[in-house]
Amino acid sequence: MTTSLNWKPALRHVFMILFSFVMVYPIVWWIGASLKDSTELGSPGIFPSVLKWENFTNGWNSVPGHTFTDFYINTFYLEIMVLIATLLSTTLVAFGFARLDFPLKKFWFSILMLTLMMPGQVLIIPQYALFHQLGWVNTYLPFVVPHLLAGGAGGSFFVFLLIQFIRGVPKELDESAKIDGCSWFGIFWRVVMPLAFPAVVTVTIFCFLWNWDDFLGHLLYINTVEKYTVGLALRMINDSQSAAEWGQLLAMSLVSIIPATLVFTFLQKYFVDGIATTGIKG
Amino acid sequence: MNRSTTTIAEGAPSLKKSSYFKSRWNAPLAGYLFISPWLIGFLALTAYPLFLSLYYSFTDYTLMQPMKWIGARNYERIFTADPKFIQSAKVTFTYVLASVPLKLAAALFVAMILSKAVKGIGVYRTAIYFPSLIGGSIGVSLLWRNIFGVDGVFNKLIAVFGIEGKSWITNPDTALSTLILLTVWQFGSTMVIFLAGLKQIPNDLYEASSVDGANKVVQFFRVTLPMLSPILYFNLIMAVINAFQMFTSAFVITNGGPMNATYVYAMYLYERAFSRYELGYASALAWIMLIAIVAATLLISFSSKYWVFYETDTGGKKRK
Repeated sequence: MTTSLNWKPALRHVFMILFSFVMVYPIVWWIGASLKDSTELGSPGIFPSVLKWENFTNGWNSVPGHTFTDFYINTFYLEIMVLIATLLSTTLVAFGFARLDFPLKKFWFSILMLTLMMPGQVLIIPQYALFHQLGWVNTYLPFVVPHLLAGGAGGSFFVFLLIQFIRGVPKELDESAKIDGCSWFGIFWRVVMPLAFPAVVTVTIFCFLWNWDDFLGHLLYINTVEKYTVGLALRMINDSQSAAEWGQLLAMSLVSIIPATLVFTFLQKYFVDGIATTGIKG
Repeated sequence: MNRSTTTIAEGAPSLKKSSYFKSRWNAPLAGYLFISPWLIGFLALTAYPLFLSLYYSFTDYTLMQPMKWIGARNYERIFTADPKFIQSAKVTFTYVLASVPLKLAAALFVAMILSKAVKGIGVYRTAIYFPSLIGGSIGVSLLWRNIFGVDGVFNKLIAVFGIEGKSWITNPDTALSTLILLTVWQFGSTMVIFLAGLKQIPNDLYEASSVDGANKVVQFFRVTLPMLSPILYFNLIMAVINAFQMFTSAFVITNGGPMNATYVYAMYLYERAFSRYELGYASALAWIMLIAIVAATLLISFSSKYWVFYETDTGGKKRK
């Protein structure tokens, strides 16, 4: 604005600095608290008077018979399976919708758009009954198979996102590949996929995050401690321990958000642009 | 890989068999082959379960016993003799009606400030987005439980201002507010979408309106809000759908308590289905939830013609 006075931008910055501080204070406090002794846990100060590293080591071993190493291995194993399944299925489907013509395409596309809006909770019960009958409860199949079929947490959304992106890749490239004798699969794999790389990264990030936080799904389908994910392990400690061990619980909770934080730190550029242009919810 | 040689090698036979290839490019089979993962998934894991759950909702079905058709009796019981349904529906409506407007208002307000303060925007945006990134995790729910506990840091903080604390999560009057606060704290991704929308508003609209003597408030209601309304509409629908399904934080922070003050609908559904294994009854509850969400979405989308303006309406540039 041409009429604005000089102090206005400064005021905005003061407000934003204070506001940002309020936003991150719980997290900064959390980091400090994870190293605090239980006697000073409730204090608003960020720095502990004595660094109690045992919160981490004891917390790591606080589930009898297991360590968090097991739970992290389980979670990462599940994540990798789900990621591979998601990337395989969603890219193929998106290419089909974006590039090929087939009867009823518009109809199926509008169905895809409808499933974007479908609240997952309506499907939980029949899917559970189905997976129960198939003997899949307490395996990772209820997570991997839906993702292999472009479903699961965010599946149809990823397809939609990839379709939008592939539509922006010039069709002339397909034509010249066709003349060169490339098959549809060849066009998909060698022409379109390399160019759709940014969209594939966005899908990877969000698939990782959403499945890391898919607490309800893990709660439903995994019921032996051997197969527990990090979230389930955290809840188990929370339920079994007294308030005296809050330090350990906060320490382990903090460790549980590190993967998401790393993803965010290293892929920030893709991240914020991805949200702004596609409207993904974090 | 040497691309040019493969091109020539593969290109030559294709000329000879051009009729074969021509038919291959038109084959509908290829299209269906590509979309088959989704199609199978949709039929087997969405459409079929959807009808199945509708069917279940008219039965008495536990996983252990054979299913029994009982007509509309589940629905009858829900609406006439189920105080927990009334309670959880009330809690969820309160939660939706409080958290969604607060979240959108916070997101829009901060986005407007950030759209002007350009220096250091990356740092602010990161600070504001970070809670949204981790907010849905059980780790943050446990943090929240500690912060708002009776010995929690929130009480120590307000004690500085001379306000006497209480146990926020075990008090029926305040427990839901702590969950709403957690949701509002995660306004980051909503804000980033608003921010992208604000950048699309042409500056000459503001200049023209200030020439006409419009002040900041008038500009907000006459320029910013109408130009931003398609994005507001999108954010509103997404926030409402998400809020209806809230589960993790209520389950972990308060476990529905105290005195069912945070007993959200999704938790009631979960309890009926997976603690008591009353799958028929829970399916009826799920269908009521679906209808409520669809009704809310339709209500918003019907109302949208009165408050959502696309740039084409105002004779402006066409949307991309």
